[in-house]
Amino acid sequence: MKRDMVLRVVAKLLIPFILLFAIYVQFHGDFGPGGGFQAGVILAAAMVFYAMIYGLDNARRVLPDWLVESMLAAGVLLYLGVGFAGLLLGGNFLDYFVLDRDPVAGQHRGVFWIELGVAITVCGVMLKIFYLFAARGQDEA
Amino acid sequence: MSLFSHFDYWVMIFLAMAGLFIVIARGNLIKKLVGLGIFQTSVYLLYLAPGKIVGGTAPIIDAAFKVYSNPLPHVLILTAIVVGVATLALGLALVVRIREAYGTIEEDELLRHEAPDAGGESRP
Amino acid sequence: MSVAAHLPALQVVLPLAAAPLAVLLRNRTAAFALVLAATWAAFAISVLMWQQVAASGPLSYALGSWPPPWGIEYRVDALSALVLMLVSGVAAVVLPYCRASIEREIRRDNHYLFYAMFALCLSGLLGIAITGDAFNLFVFLEISSLSSYVLIALGRDRRALLAAYQYLIMGTIGATFIVIGVGLLYLMTGTLNLADMSVRLQSVTSHRPVLAALAFLTVGISLKLALFPLHQWLPNAYAYAPSAVSAFLAATATKVSVYALLRFYFSVFGEGAVFKQLPMAEFMLVLALAGMFVASAVAIFQDNLKRLFAYSSVAQIGYIVLGISFDSVTGLTATVVHLVNHAVTKGALFLLLGAVMAAMGGVTLARVRGIGRVMPRTTFGIVLCGLSLIGVPGTAGFVSKWYLILAAMEKGQWWLVFLIVLSSLLAVAYVWRFVEAAYFRAPRADLAQVREAPLALALPAWLMVGATVWFGLDTSVTVGSAARAAAMLLGAVP
Repeated sequence: MKRDMVLRVVAKLLIPFILLFAIYVQFHGDFGPGGGFQAGVILAAAMVFYAMIYGLDNARRVLPDWLVESMLAAGVLLYLGVGFAGLLLGGNFLDYFVLDRDPVAGQHRGVFWIELGVAITVCGVMLKIFYLFAARGQDEA
Repeated sequence: MSLFSHFDYWVMIFLAMAGLFIVIARGNLIKKLVGLGIFQTSVYLLYLAPGKIVGGTAPIIDAAFKVYSNPLPHVLILTAIVVGVATLALGLALVVRIREAYGTIEEDELLRHEAPDAGGESRP
Repeated sequence: MSVAAHLPALQVVLPLAAAPLAVLLRNRTAAFALVLAATWAAFAISVLMWQQVAASGPLSYALGSWPPPWGIEYRVDALSALVLMLVSGVAAVVLPYCRASIEREIRRDNHYLFYAMFALCLSGLLGIAITGDAFNLFVFLEISSLSSYVLIALGRDRRALLAAYQYLIMGTIGATFIVIGVGLLYLMTGTLNLADMSVRLQSVTSHRPVLAALAFLTVGISLKLALFPLHQWLPNAYAYAPSAVSAFLAATATKVSVYALLRFYFSVFGEGAVFKQLPMAEFMLVLALAGMFVASAVAIFQDNLKRLFAYSSVAQIGYIVLGISFDSVTGLTATVVHLVNHAVTKGALFLLLGAVMAAMGGVTLARVRGIGRVMPRTTFGIVLCGLSLIGVPGTAGFVSKWYLILAAMEKGQWWLVFLIVLSSLLAVAYVWRFVEAAYFRAPRADLAQVREAPLALALPAWLMVGATVWFGLDTSVTVGSAARAAAMLLGAVP
């Protein structure tokens, strides 16, 4: 598909909007359906789309393997970090009430970072799975 | 009619049985995973259907609404979906590796390759 | 912030945090050091909590400060404290062994991922034992199961892949049955907190969904704990997994499932509902006896030692379930004691077999002929563990069989005493097969250059063997905790 002019142009046009939509879903999770899980998948979908049109090697140049693997771990760590922040501020583990002077704002703040962690991990996992399956037979051979 | 008042459970039972049947009856390792996926999906329905209350709205407190649907099943099932995705991905990865090691993903051929009780050492 | 108040959360979170950190480090030495630190810390925490529970009763921890039953509660009582200590203790011994053991069995650039998976599996198993929330229990069950499928698939033999796939299918069906059971309970009671669930079940008037939930949970957990005849996944999984993984899973995975079964039977449904109104005791008695005899008999005819002792595990699970079926304090004490004793014995056995595997390249009976001469200490260790499986006085196995027999006599079932002793004779037969090959057969010609196991493998293995003998002589820790746990489950003390 690398040579197809139409696909290449359409991909270039679409991918920024897919990324934008992912960010919208991420932040709109506060007020409506959405959140880190969906946003992470949409982000990964943009990347998979890019890899399908421009080839896996180019995709790996944009987001190298080590970065994807680190994303997968970093998101979980961010999640756990929020948990430990609750501990350090005098609450229980994963306590959002203590993250702000106003408990409701604290809940808001906690969920914000949690969702960010979820988005990073989900995106990392999706891409890792895609890379592993797509690269099968290329690396080993 | 009581049969139809519980039709969501009938759908759930049908899906669960169909999925479980595929897992047991099919010899192809990928088809087994598909069956497993259907089986797991049927459980989502078991949780989600009773969570919906007729006339209920999203559980955001507002003076205009009296009846709210239960949001907890959705949260639980979101978790279960993630588990299902992870299981499917891991299962497929194993199938890819099995294909590379044995050259087939049909159960009967695999069993012929490795008599399960041979117990000896095969090649590493 | 005082650390002591947050021990229940840290118990699970430390190994859980070690896993992604190990992935971030991408270095096998650093990952090993990190996971080792987390595992030892988890063991220290579990010992501290065990002391606290023994001194002042159950601990409760509200995650996110949402009070139970609304939030997820971590609850440590006499039984879970013991299981936590067992799981983290076995992990603390097995992990140092891993480093030397996987060197030969797994590609070096994958080692950091192995440690991450080990940490995940550990935190999943600890989570099952500590959580007081039914759905949370399912999530932790899947965390530990998914990581154990990966760990098994890392085995050197290509049959490890098939074993892992088979385990994945069976394990997922089991886990899905458990979710269905939990879902039905949630529909009937409107709560997921186990303690709250048990209170609300009293006022549930329509019994059929509750019965269905009990059935689904029984079958699902029985799949996970490899109760005969649902044990098909276990022998292959243990036989072809990397040695260290066999030892860790054999010692912990099925034991934690037994814990889940006890938790649902006694803390949620209640002893009366399960054993007085339903013929569950007879049902479990039959399956336990079938497991004890059939699996032991199958074990006698195995040629691969890892498979042989895997079948023996199925038989030993029979003893554990037999204790439950008595529905008495002595019976449950036997169950919990045997849970610990069998875990230690099988852990030691698989660690020693791993050392044999490393030295000889395989563990079939044909290959280990004459091993008693070249690896005398390792062979002696295996024989000691074998004696514990049989139940010879002075080993851990004797203590648990003694309590089983006591429980049978309490009920006046002398024929059961006879059957327990008879099934031990089958254990003599399969242990004898190893003894015969190791000591009474001429060694193979190429055994001359085989050396005794290196210290890195021998030390952890002998720690476990030492525990096997220790728990046979000094029973204050095991029987003391088990009796407390049994009394708690039957409602004598909170």
